[in-house]
Amino acid sequence: MPTFVYMTRCDGCGQCVDICPSDIMHIDKTLRRAYNIEPNMCWECYSCVKACPHQAIDVRGYADFAPLGHSVRVLRDEEKGTIAWRIKFRNGKKDMELLAPITTKPWGEFIPQLADEAAPSKEMRDSHLLYNEPKYIRLDEGGLHTLESNGLTLKAGVYY
Amino acid sequence: MGYKTIIEDNIDVLVVGAGLGGTGAAFEARYWGKDKKIVIAEKANIDRSGAVAQGLYAINCYMGTRWGENNPEDHVRYARMDLMGMVREDLAFDMARHVDSAVHQFEDWGLPLMKNPETGAYLREGRWQIMIHGESYKPIVAEAAKKSADKVFNRICVTHLLMDDAKENRVAGAVGFNVRTGNYHVFKSKTVICGAGGASNIFKPRSVGEGAGRVWYAPWSSGSAYGLMIDAGAKMTQMENRIVLARFKDGYGPVGAYFLHLKTYTQNCLGEEYESKWFPALTEMVGKEYLDTEGQHLSHKPIPTCLRNHAFISEVNAGRGPIHMVTMEAFQDPHLEEIGWHNFLGMTVGQAVLWAATDVDPKYENPELTTSEPYVMGSHATGCGAWCSGPEDVSPDEYFWGYNRMTTVEGLFGAGDAVGGTPHAFSSGSFTEGRLAAKAACQYIDDGKAAGIRVSETQIEDRKKEIYKPMETYTVGSNEVVAGTVNPNFINPRQGLDRLQKMMDEYCGGFGVNYMTNEKLLQIGLKKMKIFEEDLEKVAAEDIHELLRAWELKHRFRTSESVFQHTLFRKETRWPGYYYRGDAMKLDDENWHVLTVSQRDRKTGEYTMEKAPCYHLVGENEE
Ligand SMILES: Cc1cc2nc3c(=O)[nH]c(=O)nc-3n(C[C@H](O)[C@H](O)[C@H](O)COP(=O)(O)OP(=O)(O)OC[C@H]3O[C@@H](n4cnc5c(N)ncnc54)[C@H](O)[C@@H]3O)c2cc1C
Ligand code: SF4
Ligand code: SF4
Repeated sequence: MPTFVYMTRCDGCGQCVDICPSDIMHIDKTLRRAYNIEPNMCWECYSCVKACPHQAIDVRGYADFAPLGHSVRVLRDEEKGTIAWRIKFRNGKKDMELLAPITTKPWGEFIPQLADEAAPSKEMRDSHLLYNEPKYIRLDEGGLHTLESNGLTLKAGVYY
Repeated sequence: MGYKTIIEDNIDVLVVGAGLGGTGAAFEARYWGKDKKIVIAEKANIDRSGAVAQGLYAINCYMGTRWGENNPEDHVRYARMDLMGMVREDLAFDMARHVDSAVHQFEDWGLPLMKNPETGAYLREGRWQIMIHGESYKPIVAEAAKKSADKVFNRICVTHLLMDDAKENRVAGAVGFNVRTGNYHVFKSKTVICGAGGASNIFKPRSVGEGAGRVWYAPWSSGSAYGLMIDAGAKMTQMENRIVLARFKDGYGPVGAYFLHLKTYTQNCLGEEYESKWFPALTEMVGKEYLDTEGQHLSHKPIPTCLRNHAFISEVNAGRGPIHMVTMEAFQDPHLEEIGWHNFLGMTVGQAVLWAATDVDPKYENPELTTSEPYVMGSHATGCGAWCSGPEDVSPDEYFWGYNRMTTVEGLFGAGDAVGGTPHAFSSGSFTEGRLAAKAACQYIDDGKAAGIRVSETQIEDRKKEIYKPMETYTVGSNEVVAGTVNPNFINPRQGLDRLQKMMDEYCGGFGVNYMTNEKLLQIGLKKMKIFEEDLEKVAAEDIHELLRAWELKHRFRTSESVFQHTLFRKETRWPGYYYRGDAMKLDDENWHVLTVSQRDRKTGEYTMEKAPCYHLVGENEE
């Protein structure tokens, strides 16, 4: 829920400012540290929390419906390809650690550079196929579905 | 004001908004346009922008023809049934026949897709959904877009599309400003693919105060796709078809995996199953074709999302709320419990925060559900958006004007939420639509359709003045008062947003009136909207950040106006549970088995409404 920044941990690097989709993490000009300038436009998406190199950002549930005293912390590691969460309940009865993979491959290396691919042929251009198709649709020799191949016709109006 | 004008010229494909649709477009455009100049203009940072900023735990649209699971027409049938008959089946079929190739690429790129250990196929959450560890879904597709694009301009709020001064009704690029530097950016382009997403925060949200950002669709989904395209004169379709979501209360955590994978179910405060008792009356309202209580039981056809909402809303109104999600059984299995939590952490962290804050442990307590305020979008269980051409080999004449996913404005294409009549595309389908639009845009250029585009200096200068006007209004108006936010000369963007949300809620069928409206209410609402539009000329921005909010508000306003017009036009209750026309409480196939199409006149602001035929591809029942 809305974020806040711990004074002693933030060094003003601006990573959170760079990533926040809502444009609400800004650097305070006097303190030269980041803060949330518009908490009621925060989606608690945790993008800034994940991006902060010093774990300086935390989240305190929205004042209008979340009581104080809970914690949901996160560590995202691109090198290891994992994200680790820790959830602590207000009453202390639950303290959970959860881990998930975020990628199965080294970052970006397996995404093709389409500029280097062979140029599409005229047939390909004239067809309804996209890059890597038809192969990637079914990963077999089958072609693209058409109305004809699927035995379909379009009819106007209510008929069922 | 010392803002620079920065002109990016000779662009071939300009992607406005790089969420799932826009990244798909930028990626694919490079393949069909090897030497074309591809540029992205994005309001946030494409690594974490749009509805998928926090990630997703499922890909909700995957056919699995590879595993012999479904064919595209099965998905068309499903989407049509869920939307009470109203979809562009040509577009839906086209999306469905390509979507698997996008998903298979995601796997190649490193997106962790879960597998069924027995079959080796992707792990299904439901018939159309597959489960993923999708925390990095957005950074991964952003990487693909970055590899293809010549330039990515992050932090540009696009405010207007540029129109060709040489030819009527042809797009010529876009303009906007940098939300950090304040600089004015002009993008002159032969084609534009609009992927600027759907609209949250146009109806009054249930959460207020600090929690006002806790909306279901992201608070930065500013209706820009609609605002931009409507202002450019593009025809829109199905804008009345807003969506209401049944979600976990307050946190709006998703329920899909809970229903489908964890097999949790709902009950009223007395612990009773309540849905089925509302169905006979509902069948009276919508007809047997759409809800056949006995037949449904035999055919196992899913009940349309809106009708399930209707049962929910009716049960609560009857005094038997709250509706609970029964999690206590499933959560006894530690594996399922973990999935339940991961599901939130992967796409709606706020729900986990809320349960931690309120000590709700779904293993020992069944959490409450609620129905949300309405949203306007086109890729989830609803199909608002631009009226676009379909592909040549599938579409009938009324639906085809040359280039796949091209709007009625030449050279202007759409993807994802921007395209109307294509519900149930979700993340993968939006990405796919972007790819389809990109191929078509390249072909449009190669066919010479963009020749001779001219953008006058006057157009560029006029837009510039318009964009910064809220800052001038602020400076001039503030001098008159001592301090504070109350000013007789202007309103600020937040005040404007509050007013918009109140009008939408009370006159256009928000949660505050139990999703009910009628002709009288809509007409009063439209009258108030007209006056609001005059006040919007006086919206004031203290700084560049507020200028962003001012333009988001203007886009939300235009989206809302269109929703009003469409809701007024469709004189029936097509989707009980999404909204009700109190003066026409029945579904009326005789007069309204049609798609609604609107156009706003660019000069006069008048709307023209028309009915377009609804074409069907597949029979009611599966063979
Ligand atoms: C909570 C939640 C759960 C979901 N769960 C799932 C799921 O499990 N599976 C699934 O497949 N789908 C899911 N979806 C749906 C999916 O996220 C959307 O269908 C998809 O993201 C739509 O793609 P889009 O490109 O149309 O919009 P978006 O992805 O929202 O992209 C819009 C882009 O436009 C940019 N933009 C907006 N305005 C402007 C402007 N004025 N100028 C420049 N740029 C602008 C935005 O910053 C953003 O980058 C979920 C969505 C939500 C919110
Ligand atoms: S990313 Fe962290 S350290 Fe850097 S400015 Fe933001 S809060 Fe401070
Ligand atoms: S949680 Fe998301 S919306 Fe909130 S400040 Fe951080 S990045 Fe921005």
